[in-house]
Amino acid sequence: MDEFFQILIATVAVGSLYALIALGYTLVYGVLKFINFAHSDVFVLGAWTSFTVSVVVLNKIADPSGVTPWWVVVVAFLSAVTVCGVVGYCIERFAYRPLRKAPRLNVLITAIGVSLLLQNVGQITGPAVARGPEKTSIKDGQTVTQAGDPLATVPFGASPKSMPKLIENVVLNESVMQSGNLAGGAMRGTVVFDKPVTFSEGRQYRLDVTRTVANADGTTRVVVEKLNLDAEPGTFEPGTEIRTTPRRTAAELQGSTYELIRSPRVPIGLIEVIIVVVSLSLMVGLQLLIFRTKLGSAMRALSHNIETAALMGVNTNFVISFTFVLGAVLAASAAFLYPMKYPGLNQTAHGIWVLLGLKAFVAAVVGGIGNVRGAVLGGFLIAAIELFGGWAYAPLKDVYVFALLIAVLLYRPNGLLGRAVTEKV
Amino acid sequence: MLEVRDLSVSYGAIRALHGVSLRVERGEIVTLIGSNGAGKTTTLRAISGLVKAQAGTIAYEGQSIAKLAAHEIVKLGMSHAPEGRGIFPLMTVEENLELGAYIRHDHSEIAKDREMALTLFPRVRERLKQVAGTLSGGEQQMVAIARALMARPKLLLLDEPSLGLAPQIVQTIFKIIRDINQRGTTILLVEQNAHMALQIAHRAYVLETGAIAMEGDAKELAKSDEVRKAYLGVA
Repeated sequence: MDEFFQILIATVAVGSLYALIALGYTLVYGVLKFINFAHSDVFVLGAWTSFTVSVVVLNKIADPSGVTPWWVVVVAFLSAVTVCGVVGYCIERFAYRPLRKAPRLNVLITAIGVSLLLQNVGQITGPAVARGPEKTSIKDGQTVTQAGDPLATVPFGASPKSMPKLIENVVLNESVMQSGNLAGGAMRGTVVFDKPVTFSEGRQYRLDVTRTVANADGTTRVVVEKLNLDAEPGTFEPGTEIRTTPRRTAAELQGSTYELIRSPRVPIGLIEVIIVVVSLSLMVGLQLLIFRTKLGSAMRALSHNIETAALMGVNTNFVISFTFVLGAVLAASAAFLYPMKYPGLNQTAHGIWVLLGLKAFVAAVVGGIGNVRGAVLGGFLIAAIELFGGWAYAPLKDVYVFALLIAVLLYRPNGLLGRAVTEKV
Repeated sequence: MLEVRDLSVSYGAIRALHGVSLRVERGEIVTLIGSNGAGKTTTLRAISGLVKAQAGTIAYEGQSIAKLAAHEIVKLGMSHAPEGRGIFPLMTVEENLELGAYIRHDHSEIAKDREMALTLFPRVRERLKQVAGTLSGGEQQMVAIARALMARPKLLLLDEPSLGLAPQIVQTIFKIIRDINQRGTTILLVEQNAHMALQIAHRAYVLETGAIAMEGDAKELAKSDEVRKAYLGVA
């Protein structure tokens, strides 16, 4: 049962990311009636931009405490959004607009071309924008200084990278069991509690230890350290020695206080909450934009008929550009959130990205392409099928997704929320 | 008010219009009649900027508009209710009307024009909350004209308002077109239904295979033998 709820939480988080990407496909399809295959590459660009900017900024400020200032998060987010927005605009302006009156197939092939272009340019290893510490060596009695290893390059290069941790994934629903004074045991790497302590079967425990550490210059500082407990289930009297990792000596633990924390059965991480809150706010914002503003009604009018929209005085080129930028910005937001949960970044042409983009596309089609609410529904549905299906039998988790696509195309070709438009003559 | 000179338009290799000239004076109803494929719709589309002219000039109130985009021409006070009505089928009638006033920001004046349009078309008022795609053809045509009026046009371009409608509804719509004109809006009306069009128009042009074949006073053209034979079905 715990596992079920854990997967449910992951579904909500992953589903909102799929939904954000799917919205980009659906918005563009809505106004121009073609699939922008370069959309998933804009997403990948967003992930790499937010990686590169984070690495550069963290390298510049080089804070030894390792704590990331909150504004780095904002800078990374805004740069991903800006870069993707500009690229999204350029794709429409220079690749698609000249083909506005060309057959749909030409545009589709162009979209695939733009996609390949973005994938492959991203793989080129460009000049380094952030480097590690300089290396010095002594050669023939002379000190030689070498530049540090590149940490990030633009374009991004062919090797996978790992996103620096911008926000600590704090578990929000963990509970403090008890607190008090802590002493070190006789054996190194053990602690002794000041009151009885009970560990239940199948639960994880953690010890947050607050202690005072002497600095080299004689002053002191307070350190909070998280220790993992290595304990059998059961109740232990005060004075029982309990193992911890990392191991601390009695001298180190002298005068410490502790908080004993039990991890929840179904942990809810800060990152997951951020992903869901940011995504849902964007979706609500988009919904209001489309159904409550003049620009939104221009977008809807355009999706029915570009020419008639122009006859109403709608600047169609502007609205189309705006729609592309909007889709790109949503993809960039997803791309900023995604590596917080999955920090491993593959090179831009990697199949994993292609599959991710395809799933978001499937989400848009399953929900009903061109339908904004459908894309959101599709996103969550695809995530649920993928994750719960994977729970049942993992090797087929991608198969379930595409089987759903086939089923929807067979039985509801307009998608779950899509509807066939019949026009009166 | 509108002066078109030697207008030529091609779709690829096909020449749709070659050298069409026409003129609309303030306060008139001018009709452009002709058979299927004569180029009536293309002429309107060129005037409102939906297709680009290869040659010729289009002047609206003394200003050349041949190079302007469609949405810029609307702002000059020209509204075009397109062929096939072009309503937005998934939006409500009310939203369709609001889009008609897309270029305007004077909310109190928009409300007045909306009221006027709804007085002209009581049927549209009954259907305000309905999704436009569910309306009958005649009602959709009314929405299309009402929507065009929401821009408060000085010149209204109507493309085949009688298309596919029952004769009784055509009568109603043409009566309203005359009302609109009497309230001060100049109208350029494209029609295949020459009989109806010539009844309400002041002047008329007959378009044949992309060129003007005849022009003149509407009442006189209606009496001419060629027009009677070719367009009014009188032997």
